Amino acid sequence: MRRRWTYALLFLAALAFSLREAQVDPRLLLEKQALSNLGKLLVAPQLSRQFLALMLRPALETVQISVAGILIAMAIGWPLGLWATASLRFSGILHERRTAAGRWLGGFLPYALARGLLSVFRSVPEFVWAFVFVRAVGLGPFPGVLAIGVGYGGILGKVYSEILETVDPKPLEALHAAGAGRLAIAAYGVLPQAWPNLVSYTLYRWECAIRASAILGFVGAGGLGQQLELSMRMFQFDEVLTILGILFLLVAVVDSISGRVRARVAA
Amino acid sequence: MKLELDQARKVFDQVAALDGVSLSVEPGEQVALIGPSGAGKTTLFRLLNLTLRPTSGRVRLDGADAASLTDAQQQEARQRIGTIYQQHNLVGRLRVVHNVLAGNLGRWPAWKSLASLLWPDTDEALRALHQVLIADKLHERTDALSGGQQQRVAIARVLVQDPEVILADEPVSSVDPTLAAGIVALLTDISARAGKTLLVNLHSVDLALQHFPRVVGVRGGRIAFDLPPAQVGGELLSALYAGAQAA
Repeated sequence: MRRRWTYALLFLAALAFSLREAQVDPRLLLEKQALSNLGKLLVAPQLSRQFLALMLRPALETVQISVAGILIAMAIGWPLGLWATASLRFSGILHERRTAAGRWLGGFLPYALARGLLSVFRSVPEFVWAFVFVRAVGLGPFPGVLAIGVGYGGILGKVYSEILETVDPKPLEALHAAGAGRLAIAAYGVLPQAWPNLVSYTLYRWECAIRASAILGFVGAGGLGQQLELSMRMFQFDEVLTILGILFLLVAVVDSISGRVRARVAA
Repeated sequence: MKLELDQARKVFDQVAALDGVSLSVEPGEQVALIGPSGAGKTTLFRLLNLTLRPTSGRVRLDGADAASLTDAQQQEARQRIGTIYQQHNLVGRLRVVHNVLAGNLGRWPAWKSLASLLWPDTDEALRALHQVLIADKLHERTDALSGGQQQRVAIARVLVQDPEVILADEPVSSVDPTLAAGIVALLTDISARAGKTLLVNLHSVDLALQHFPRVVGVRGGRIAFDLPPAQVGGELLSALYAGAQAA
């Protein structure tokens, strides 16, 4: 009881401190100047056929970047996620009888390595990854693909490992007791149990990748983002609105596709 | 395979689930273990099937101390010991055919295990399911089956594994009494025909006394008695279950 009060007080103190230090002041939003500035952004979207035709390729490119990026992210996140799952590497019912050497060298070491790598991948924002890859391979969509692949690979791997960690261990114990090896236990016991969550989280990340590719364009990594940056820099807010509208449509389409896939997988 | 426990102790969080158990089971023997829940019967099985390591004491398989086996040798030994779990421990989202064929995983190389998920040998699975009388469930999802049917799938998996030893942990706790006698008879029959060792944890004292030539009473992590059924009398049984809630 005492402890709960302590936590509540700590939370309130942290909240007050954060609000002050982050200079949170809602009144600023309601000042006349702010409102009139916001009003300038409210213009009719640019819907000329010429502009829309011009946006077709970047929109397609954005989808292509997100798909290629998420595929690379899965290729990175999947093996690292398996490695980073403690219950598959060194702790819990599958490892009670392993020799100390096997448990540490074959279990904990790869686990720690994978965790560390995943942390590095995801602690660098994908914006910075894009910046790095543009320097490495030049302007265009490819650095965007790489940025999403590496950044999201780190996130997918971490979340995959958390999903894999929560499966029911009882069927795994049975497979293990029948002499199954680690790969077979993963394929027969872990994956089927985790499948709906893995699929649904990956699809969600795909949706995020579409939005991210818009940001990545700002550093020259292709797609709608590059157009967005151009229009914003030239204060063409009608064009900005159109591009945001296209992004909204893309995300809605992805959402409906992933909703359908999820419904099939969850059954 | 000869199974031996020698003064085996297993401690979880400072509580001894097993407190110095010595037990020896010859190849082909049929043994029933009875005793109140929490007596340590399940822990005893998990020591024997090389899932847990005893805190102290020895587990011996064919005279060899399990502690001296490498990880690979232990995996090979596990393949020769089949376990049927109280809660079946099947993978619910997999179809029955894959749960049954999972009995092969200790033998199969990795590529074969993966290939079987796409192209399963349905004939092999069917043969096992025929023996437990649910061949018609081959392609159903396992979690769509009733508790009794799932128990049969678990038995079919052990049939495919074809081990030298079968450990069955409360195999009939999820089925009604008439089915229970049938499942116990099925297990003793399989064991007798193929000369497989059979150890069964049983809730039902009657089933234990009727079907097994050797009955071991377990209480408080120790062996209370180890006798032929004719010598297991009312006094021994009431001492075994004294203080336990009526089940």
